[in-house]
Amino acid sequence: MDTMRDRFAPVMTRLLDEDPRVAVVLAEIGKDGFKEAMRAHPDRVINVGIREQLLVGAGAGLALAGLRPVVHTFASFLVERPFEQIKLDFGHQDVGGVLVSAAASFDWPEGGFTHMSPGDVALLDTLDDWTVHVPGHPDEAEALLRHGVGAGDDKVYVRLSVQANASPMPVDGARFLTVREGRRGVVVAVGPMLEQVLAATEGLDVTVLYATTVRPFDAVGLRRAVGGGAADVVLVEPYLAGTSTAAANDALVEVPHRVLGLGVGRRELRRYGRLDEHVRAHGLDAGSLRGRIEGFLG
Amino acid sequence: MTTTTEHTFTYADLPRLMGLMTGDEKHGPAATSTLDALWVLYDRVLRVTPARADAPDRDRFLLSKGHGPMAYYAVLAAKGFLPVDWLEGFGAYDSPLGHHPDRVLVPGAEIGSGSLGHGLPLAVGTALGLRARGLTDPSVWVLVGDAELDEGSNHEAIAYAGPAGLDRLHTLVIDNASASFARPGGIAARFEAAGWSAVTVDGRDHEALYAAFTAPHAGRPHVVVARVEAKEFAGEPKSA
Repeated sequence: MDTMRDRFAPVMTRLLDEDPRVAVVLAEIGKDGFKEAMRAHPDRVINVGIREQLLVGAGAGLALAGLRPVVHTFASFLVERPFEQIKLDFGHQDVGGVLVSAAASFDWPEGGFTHMSPGDVALLDTLDDWTVHVPGHPDEAEALLRHGVGAGDDKVYVRLSVQANASPMPVDGARFLTVREGRRGVVVAVGPMLEQVLAATEGLDVTVLYATTVRPFDAVGLRRAVGGGAADVVLVEPYLAGTSTAAANDALVEVPHRVLGLGVGRRELRRYGRLDEHVRAHGLDAGSLRGRIEGFLG
Repeated sequence: MTTTTEHTFTYADLPRLMGLMTGDEKHGPAATSTLDALWVLYDRVLRVTPARADAPDRDRFLLSKGHGPMAYYAVLAAKGFLPVDWLEGFGAYDSPLGHHPDRVLVPGAEIGSGSLGHGLPLAVGTALGLRARGLTDPSVWVLVGDAELDEGSNHEAIAYAGPAGLDRLHTLVIDNASASFARPGGIAARFEAAGWSAVTVDGRDHEALYAAFTAPHAGRPHVVVARVEAKEFAGEPKSA
């Protein structure tokens, strides 16, 4: 299977052809996929070199000039390093754009902690009005990229990862999808976590919701899944554990509820190795998840 | 000179307009370091008026050094972008005019600023965006302070814009020698090393500023270093 990131340059190349407002800004990373697009649209495919403050600042400047910038690099260099540029150059200037990251929480384990960004979504949560898409399959990534670029002047973050589910689900860029229905609790699986969650909850009497758009958080969808009474909710997120716990709490403020937030741990592992080894180390494999979910539901 | 619905303002009116914000018509060099350069730009160089403040092909002026914006607000008021009666509320809760400008609140302000080092990258993006839209005529100007150039983000923008040939991009450096660590001539040298056209002038000399602002710079971005009284000698003549 190809990766979400394999779809990025081809999708953007088509969008560049279709919409003269679209511009892509890169900082070396990912430029190879854009050779053809750079020839066709030399003024709208811009590589600024290894300069991430300029990457984000120039992206926002393109928006000031009336374009729809799509800004791409690894999550650690897109969200963490130039975070104030995201806060001020997009937020405070009141302009929109699409930030598309790769490498996610630990897509390249051999690369170590410098290339891991489990905190990207939590950081964006400190800012107002960002839409956050976390696709779980390359087809979903393609759909959500198109959705994000087409979302007017919205501020949109699309989190691409090599972690993916084997089959795509229908995504609408807004709501959670009910994958399974049960009575003992609600498990929200975010993007690439769906397959592990479905395996972990096999035979358990729980509802499984699939979330690919996590901000704004689909509070209505979660309330509907919970029903009217007391609620037990488990969130399984492919980034920092607990990132959406506050959003789930806010959604359920009218009903007694418990929320278990599962995801990537804060502690730096200082390990290399393979993706599946990191999934296991953070307790996000199906076996670990089943034990933690059953323990919580009692 | 310019005409608004109420009044015609000249350079001589600017101290009074600033006085509406500061309560004092006498201002030291620190408060007025940008005043002459701003006036010459808005009076003689920039092709932007209140009526054309949203025109796609207007010239853009980005105030990156957002500290001490009284001179900027005074010039915007003198040129009719904002009402003079806003000036007295400077810094108040319900005033659009803060101690750092906010583009959402201030008519004519292209960017909000205050945190140093954001204007030049935004200006690079604006110049790229105008070019991508086929708007090759408008100029993009960004004003930075000499100490603001300490911020590394500026150097990402300077080092990119020269080799990228962004010839519609212009930087105005107000040099009041406020950087703690600097070498004489270092500002222009760094821009020149990155392929910019560079001119250093007396930041109080209107004719010299005008000549520097309008100097040809085919194929290259242009920087004007406008030297004014050193910040630490505010109110006193400069000795060297």
